[in-house]
Amino acid sequence: MGPVKKPDKNHQLTLKDFPYGIRWRDDRCTRCGRCTAVCPVKAIVPGVRVERVVSSEGATPTPKVTRRVVSVVSQVNDIDRYCTGCAMCQLVCPNAAIEPEFNPDHKFLHFKNKGGDAYKRGGRRNDPNPSTLDMLKFTRISMLTDPALDAGRHEFHLRTYLGRILPPEALPLKAEDGRLAVDKNSDVFVPPVRQIYPIMIGSMSVGALSPPMWEGLAMGVAYLNEQLGMPVVMASGEGGMPPRLLKSRFLKYFILQIASGYFGWDEIIRSLPHMVEDPAAIEIKYGQGAKPGDGGLLMSYKVLKLIASIRGVPMRVDLASPPTHQTKYSIEEAVAKMIISMSMAWGFRVPVYPKISGTKTAKAVLNNLARNPYASALSIDGEDGGTGAAYNVSMDKMGHPIALNIRQCYLDLVRQGKQNELPLIAAGGVGKKGNLAANAAALIMLGASAVSVGKYLMQSTAGCLGDEHNRCNLCNTGRCPRGITTQDPKLYRRLDSSKVAERLVDVFRAADTELKKIFAPMGRSTELPIGMSDGLSVGDQAIADALGISYVC
Amino acid sequence: MCRLAAITASEYFSPMENIHALETMKEGHDGSGMGLMLKNIGGFAEPLKEYPILSGICSRDGLKALDEFMKSKGFKEVHMWNPAIKPVAGIEKKDCYFAKFYDYPSRYRESTREEKEALLTGTRLALRKMGEADESIVVFSFYPDVLTLKEVGDPLALGEFFGLEDGRLKAKIILAQGRQNTNYAINLYACHPFFIQGFGSMTNGENTAFVPIRQYLMSRGVPGYVGYQSDSEVFTHILHYTVRELGFPITYYKDIITPLKQEEIEGRPDAGALRLIRQSLRMLVIDGPNCIIGFTPEGTCFMVQDSKKLRPGAVGGVKGKYALMSEECGIDRAIPERDRSLDVFPMKYDLVTVPMGASEVKVWDQLKSQTKTISSR
Repeated sequence: MGPVKKPDKNHQLTLKDFPYGIRWRDDRCTRCGRCTAVCPVKAIVPGVRVERVVSSEGATPTPKVTRRVVSVVSQVNDIDRYCTGCAMCQLVCPNAAIEPEFNPDHKFLHFKNKGGDAYKRGGRRNDPNPSTLDMLKFTRISMLTDPALDAGRHEFHLRTYLGRILPPEALPLKAEDGRLAVDKNSDVFVPPVRQIYPIMIGSMSVGALSPPMWEGLAMGVAYLNEQLGMPVVMASGEGGMPPRLLKSRFLKYFILQIASGYFGWDEIIRSLPHMVEDPAAIEIKYGQGAKPGDGGLLMSYKVLKLIASIRGVPMRVDLASPPTHQTKYSIEEAVAKMIISMSMAWGFRVPVYPKISGTKTAKAVLNNLARNPYASALSIDGEDGGTGAAYNVSMDKMGHPIALNIRQCYLDLVRQGKQNELPLIAAGGVGKKGNLAANAAALIMLGASAVSVGKYLMQSTAGCLGDEHNRCNLCNTGRCPRGITTQDPKLYRRLDSSKVAERLVDVFRAADTELKKIFAPMGRSTELPIGMSDGLSVGDQAIADALGISYVC
Repeated sequence: MCRLAAITASEYFSPMENIHALETMKEGHDGSGMGLMLKNIGGFAEPLKEYPILSGICSRDGLKALDEFMKSKGFKEVHMWNPAIKPVAGIEKKDCYFAKFYDYPSRYRESTREEKEALLTGTRLALRKMGEADESIVVFSFYPDVLTLKEVGDPLALGEFFGLEDGRLKAKIILAQGRQNTNYAINLYACHPFFIQGFGSMTNGENTAFVPIRQYLMSRGVPGYVGYQSDSEVFTHILHYTVRELGFPITYYKDIITPLKQEEIEGRPDAGALRLIRQSLRMLVIDGPNCIIGFTPEGTCFMVQDSKKLRPGAVGGVKGKYALMSEECGIDRAIPERDRSLDVFPMKYDLVTVPMGASEVKVWDQLKSQTKTISSR
């Protein structure tokens, strides 16, 4: 016997350490190779192995051992090529021979820091538990004493306002012969206000999204507005917009975002004199719910020709926006100046509002904005928001849930009597479990004027594979297997922009019906039930106390 | 659902007329209370029109405290009216039902109407607060030429209880509500009609948007926007806010609580103003189901419905006397001699008004901003 050797592979990971294991069925596999070709991370590879086969022929057992070489599909145990559970292999397999299986006992985060490189990914917070929003119930049902409305027959005003709303005392009105008229001689500034659909499409940039994904959403938005009369608006995200769109009549359906990297704004400013419509609004991004304190990040492999030209940067460089605006000294003057500058650029015809991460300090921001007559709204993005790229720790551990943040801000405005002056936009986890309309309705009843939705739409319109078990979440790598968050033509040509547009319209039409189905039994149709918190309950006393709603069981 | 009976006339009439009208609608109220609000009061009160009347209910101790308080504030009592209470089975008698007529404190003699109104409201609220914990003082209104009576019980029995059949108490405008207790515990502050600074109103139905409306009103910084034991009290305060605080003509009350759709607004001659109002006052939009009946300080009575008109109402009468009621049988009882074909059943776009003196009915069409006048013989 030779000397005892160190065990082979001792410093390698076992497949049980990985978050997803591949279940492959030899008997079903036709060795077509589609699964290994489609795998975005090459977590599965074709291989060969020697099999020992014992067989017997004849009337009496005469076992015969033979060895043969067979081709197989096997999972690699390289942490850089971990199976993400995306299940594209299962999707393309013609014979149901392969599927990933979640391993709840994995130790992925113990090892996903090779080379000292902290784990970065895209997607959402990995927390599969229901959010507070999903725990809220609508319990004040109109019964007999106040007949419920009819969602199919009554008219519903499912609209909200984006823009600073003057208090009634400040309106430049004068009464003449029993009729009110706008006083043309008044020097009162009436801020621009848009009437929009209360579910907005949140900021997802050209660049983070592939051309067909962005185009599909944009087409769907145009259809919703022009064919269905639903004034749905969509935010651009940081990175500008294609110049042709900037100069088109469709610009009015879009909110242009300016973030700390100012990407895309050279092109926007150059297009200004040629714009035939004003944008719906300008969003100044100060924070993002999914990764508070982090700036935007577009990895180099997504910065290809189109993106580079829109953003005004060289190709194939990492585009990291700073975590904060470099001009930001304090909210009192720097943010106010930013709001004024943006307002001036469009002649004070366009609402300008900041977007911040959900945070305990949101009320401080709110109160500053409440005193600034040019601040048009406040968008708060809660911890369940999504992103195209961020550190895992930021996504999983940083941030504030949206429900309490929006509630506290609303009640703070109520205390000041400004609950209708500064609209609150709630984002971050709306539709996390698929309950888009219910989550939106709950946030509105907690005090939001509108909600903003991103991830849910990527999932429902383009089949984004991500979930709260870290499935897929490859957005940052540019290898999105659905073609949603990639600039690689080989991947994004899988995505049909027309189908995305069609699905977007489906989603909004269905949500519209569901909102009516929620509001009708609660007897609200002529106006949104903003702040109608007596209609909400929750089966958790602590949550009920925090939100100031009733407890039910 | 509560039943509502308002009558406005050129001559004084007894509140028993309203009560008999309520009696015809009896299946709609359960004896859980009645509220009476009289404006332009006749008889003994005719020479006292300039003196504010404090209406309420007190315990013996409460009355003593009230008198001391009013004296300390410089109010001089010039007259006190008490109903001639007759014991009636089922009605629990309180110590003192009163309507006290006061002269203003001397330093207010030369004050403006607004200053006097602020004083009266502040005084009423202070008294309300004083008596809230032990219910020793309950005050409903404190204003010249307006008297309020409220108590738990069946309207007809309460008419007898208060001795209203004796004809001493008469007025030219009387609102009466027969209460149907639904969601709320019986509390006299929850009983309609509600009053603030010359504006009175009563409502039936529920107010589904009560919470945000209440929050909005309470955050206006207007003294008197408190209470809200009933979700209908907000309708009185929205009326006050619209006409008194914002200075809008009364038709805009309709535009605020049941606004037109955007495309409908464009058809109005005052579209520019309406667009701003629609945005600025969206927290005051109601969804009903409600029928609101009330009066303004000038003595105009009105009726308005929620925009889906889930609560009906009817207005009818003769020149010199009109009834605005939640059900037509009530009008039949109050003014049987009228031409029923001229009755008005306000629809979703209508605001019906009857001017002081009850000469005619005006139906204002919100969609066209036009008024149609209906005159009876």
